[in-house]
Amino acid sequence: MSQIKEPNLPESDVPESMARRRMITSFSLFALAAAIPLGVYEWITNSPKLYGARKPLRRVLDANAAIAKTYFSNTHLVATFPVEEAAKKPRTNGYDGLKTPLPEDWKLQIDRAQGAPLLLTMDDVKALPKHEIVYEFKCIEGWSQVQHWGGVRLSDFMAKYKLGTKSGDAPNPESTDDLYSYVGMETPDKGYYVGIDMESAMHPQTLLAYELNGQPISAPHGAPIRLIIPVKYGVKNLKRIGRMFFSDTRPRDFWAERGYDYYVGL
Amino acid sequence: MKRIVHKHPLAIRWFHWINFPVLFVMIWSGLLIYWAYDPYKISVGSYTLLSFFPDGLYKFLNVPFRLAEGMAWHWVFMWLFMLNGLLYIGYTFISGEWRHLVPNKNSFREAIAVTLYDLGLRKTQPPFIKYNGAQKIAYFSIMLMGVGSVLTGFAIYKPAQFSWLTGLLGGYKAARLEHFILTIGYVLFFFVHIGQVIRAGWQNFQSMVTGFEFIKRSDPPVTPESPGMPDPVAPSPTPNPLPA
Repeated sequence: MSQIKEPNLPESDVPESMARRRMITSFSLFALAAAIPLGVYEWITNSPKLYGARKPLRRVLDANAAIAKTYFSNTHLVATFPVEEAAKKPRTNGYDGLKTPLPEDWKLQIDRAQGAPLLLTMDDVKALPKHEIVYEFKCIEGWSQVQHWGGVRLSDFMAKYKLGTKSGDAPNPESTDDLYSYVGMETPDKGYYVGIDMESAMHPQTLLAYELNGQPISAPHGAPIRLIIPVKYGVKNLKRIGRMFFSDTRPRDFWAERGYDYYVGL
Repeated sequence: MKRIVHKHPLAIRWFHWINFPVLFVMIWSGLLIYWAYDPYKISVGSYTLLSFFPDGLYKFLNVPFRLAEGMAWHWVFMWLFMLNGLLYIGYTFISGEWRHLVPNKNSFREAIAVTLYDLGLRKTQPPFIKYNGAQKIAYFSIMLMGVGSVLTGFAIYKPAQFSWLTGLLGGYKAARLEHFILTIGYVLFFFVHIGQVIRAGWQNFQSMVTGFEFIKRSDPPVTPESPGMPDPVAPSPTPNPLPA
């Protein structure tokens, strides 16, 4: 037999009293140890909430985000699909922020460090190079669907309008200190709002989308313009963008306030 | 004086008993997550044999509308699950304990014999040292399943950063299903395991706490490798510790 022989288990002779003592010790420690998981459960469930989640859980979720940022890369792209695989009737889910009609005088508002907010029309946005992506949109609920979106890269948009920096210059990948840490977005009625870390916002697959299956996007999908950010769950893909701003502190986030992880990076 | 056999090293007992509540939390929080999108079922034609899961079960276990909570617990306790599993695998291989665990070419034949014996279709079971063939296969598989859960878990946790892994596992949807099936596997394992531990009796169970078992004086020495023993009932450590 070529295989390694299984050794016998070690044996020894012990006085009966010693064996009994060892059993009592082991079981006592076992009972004590069994209290630990119950204690941990009580501690977590009785902790105050921090931003919608129990404090110990929230702290670890935030640490998870810090870990995820160490291996996040602009070269890690979301898998793309042939356009034929895109859903003909893309699913909608969630109407927060869309419950009132789109204001007639809608303009995309972008707050800047210096000067008045920038107010842009759809024509201003469409002046930038158009990019299309066919990828698997992933909802935090667990479902996913291949969808075909078109729009402009958020990174192009920020470069063109010199956004996201403290200096007011175009974002420069060399000087990350000049970049704000977060992008905040909200719907015109402020009924829905998200915060996104700058790295994910600047990812080359992150779009300000205005087309779905080659057509202007419909109201339930977030007309006239919405965020498509494939490196995040759907909850971060804010529809009907009203205002955009930049900040070094976390912008408020609709679902994070309801106990979800803030980062939700894929 | 009493003769004892040292069956489970202290480290193995710690890994086992830490894994129990941690895996419980992972399965429970996983159920909270799964509820939010629960399409899996086993059907024959248009007839659904088994739906994962019926509403009554969700209600009974207080599952509905706890997705955020489920994700938070899942993404916190995953670290403990991975750390404990990694230490277990590392210890098993470094200490040589793997020699008791990894199935060999005889294990499958033995496992069949053990199963027949368990079902009362065979009078004796093949000799073994620590685990019988069925146990080796079951415990080794569960270790591989743990590795599988971590891999499929990462494939759905970070499908963009680890798109190569998600792709390797057949895509995002496939990886989610695989992650789910592995979990069903743990639940099935758990029930068989509990049943077998009960059958095997107190001596066997307490050894997972104390580490040792008493050997009856009348027991012959453990020599399963000695030739010419016609299929004896295994003398040690417990007469009948069965798989899982």
